[in-house]
Amino acid sequence: MSLKNNLDKLKQKYKGTKMATAFGAFHTFLYTPNDTTHNGTHIKAADDLKRTMNTVILALIPCLIFGMFNAGYQHYLAAGDIDAATGGFFSSQFWTLDNFSLGFWKIIPLVIVSYGVGLGIEFLFATIKNHEVEEGYLVTGMLVPLIVPVDIPLWMLAVAVAFGVVIGKEVFGGTGMNILNPALTIRAFLFFAYPTWMSGDKVWVQGAVESIGKVDAISGETMLGSLAQGRHLGYSVWDMFYGFIPGSIGETSTLLIILGGLFLIFTKIGSWRIMLSSVVGALIMGLIFNYLVDVNVISEGSKFYGLMSTPFWEHLIIGGFAFGTVYMATDPVTASQTNKGKWIYGFFVGFLSILIRVFNPAYPEGVMLAILLMNVFAPTIDHYVVKGNIKQRLKRLKVKTA
Amino acid sequence: MGLLSKKDSKLILDPLADNNPITIQVLGICSALAITAELKASIVMGLSVMAVLAIGNVVISLMRNIIPSKIRIIVQLVVVAALVIIVDLVLKAYSYQLSKTLSVFVGLIITNCIIMGRFEAFALANGPWRSFLDGIGNAAGYALILVIVGFFRELLGSGTLLGFKVLGDPIEKTGLYALGYENNGFMLLSPMALIVVGIIIWVQRSRNKALIEDH
Repeated sequence: MSLKNNLDKLKQKYKGTKMATAFGAFHTFLYTPNDTTHNGTHIKAADDLKRTMNTVILALIPCLIFGMFNAGYQHYLAAGDIDAATGGFFSSQFWTLDNFSLGFWKIIPLVIVSYGVGLGIEFLFATIKNHEVEEGYLVTGMLVPLIVPVDIPLWMLAVAVAFGVVIGKEVFGGTGMNILNPALTIRAFLFFAYPTWMSGDKVWVQGAVESIGKVDAISGETMLGSLAQGRHLGYSVWDMFYGFIPGSIGETSTLLIILGGLFLIFTKIGSWRIMLSSVVGALIMGLIFNYLVDVNVISEGSKFYGLMSTPFWEHLIIGGFAFGTVYMATDPVTASQTNKGKWIYGFFVGFLSILIRVFNPAYPEGVMLAILLMNVFAPTIDHYVVKGNIKQRLKRLKVKTA
Repeated sequence: MGLLSKKDSKLILDPLADNNPITIQVLGICSALAITAELKASIVMGLSVMAVLAIGNVVISLMRNIIPSKIRIIVQLVVVAALVIIVDLVLKAYSYQLSKTLSVFVGLIITNCIIMGRFEAFALANGPWRSFLDGIGNAAGYALILVIVGFFRELLGSGTLLGFKVLGDPIEKTGLYALGYENNGFMLLSPMALIVVGIIIWVQRSRNKALIEDH
């Protein structure tokens, strides 16, 4: 209670100065502010921006914890120190303290850099522009460490976060005004700026880059990387589903992502329409490719064979598709706003993800590019949905009057 | 400036800042995006446009009273095409590698909106000396932005400036690279040129609020 009062006093003291927004933001972040709005009409609801953001973060925490275990597990597995996990999700080889502590010390700095740089810029802009600091970055800051490889250098992450927050969000006017999902903008920046750290077979397992050229060199390809080259790695479907595979930090465990997704749907924060329709889109695209393989349009020798012959449902559990669909495509700011628009938007996210993934081996992570592309189209989709609605109503009106 | 009257020097100085062809009039963007991955190419492109625009402006201005207005666009095109071919041949003769880098974009100076824009808006209505100054000024404004964009793209994208390794050697790991720095490959892609131009526009309009268009 005393901290709250002190913050309130500070806020009063700095009222009207440049620092007021910064104190206000701290106060709002920690507590419900004392003062309320005085004029106008209001809708009273508990699910303000802060609570929305916190719910998404809650849904992300399991992925983060799992990512820490997985980072250590993949490292020790590739180095040959431990055996592959057997015995289901609660395998004793996976949930060890060694695995966790290695991952913890690698991933916590990523989280700190992501939040530090991102919130720093938010505060800076709020102070210069004299508006309230918005909570928009809280989710982005948590998403970013989850969608990068574990060995990404911290300065690269800092540069990318600065770019993503300034160019992806602040130039458009801050939270709620951005066209592109900031977390994906940050990842896309990293992907195009430093491709050697974002793709290939060396970056996904902690320590692999440093081991190049040494006797005990380790490597770890992602499923997509090896499939694009026509080889099938020896992971079972359950490994992929549980997430015991190399990949970006938080995206591997489809099981936990589904749980997170259900939580978001249950709390009515994530749109089930988008999630469902993008799964449908991905399945349809996968079925088309499977069909092409079945009728021998694509034969064994083709460079697309590896990914095209992958059973259509396996596309859902490899790569970042599940993560992107649940946590990124549903971003309420950058997705379509209308219900019908959400179906169309989600469908194309899924459809294009698999299309890019299969046809462009240079960009194995199609879901990132697909979501960014559909972010751009979302307002257009909404526009035509609203127009169609107006037309329909006018027709109804005519029938009534006639 | 003793050499130029106040009105004349305005012709040169205005397009450098508050009436810049790229950042204010948003003309000539295509070449600004395409060839600015290297500083040298940006400078040569700027100089080429300057030569074409300055001479072209003078020629059009001299002919302004005898060009029938119905066919003036064709006449302008003939003038600019002739000049561009000369520039292209000079580049091919004296700096073949560079003309390879600039490839089709030298030829595309013909379609650079800045050139036709200045012919139409200025040279057709003013005397040769003032048209010459206007051409130099606008081309300098264009070149200035190209050089700024080229500077940042080459420095951050390749770690070099005019081909000199100013940040150290990325393969031998000297200079900044010894600390783990790496070149930003995104800078070499065209979208980044657009973003850099966008940032210049942002900075310029934040400094001079009068430039902000109201919509």
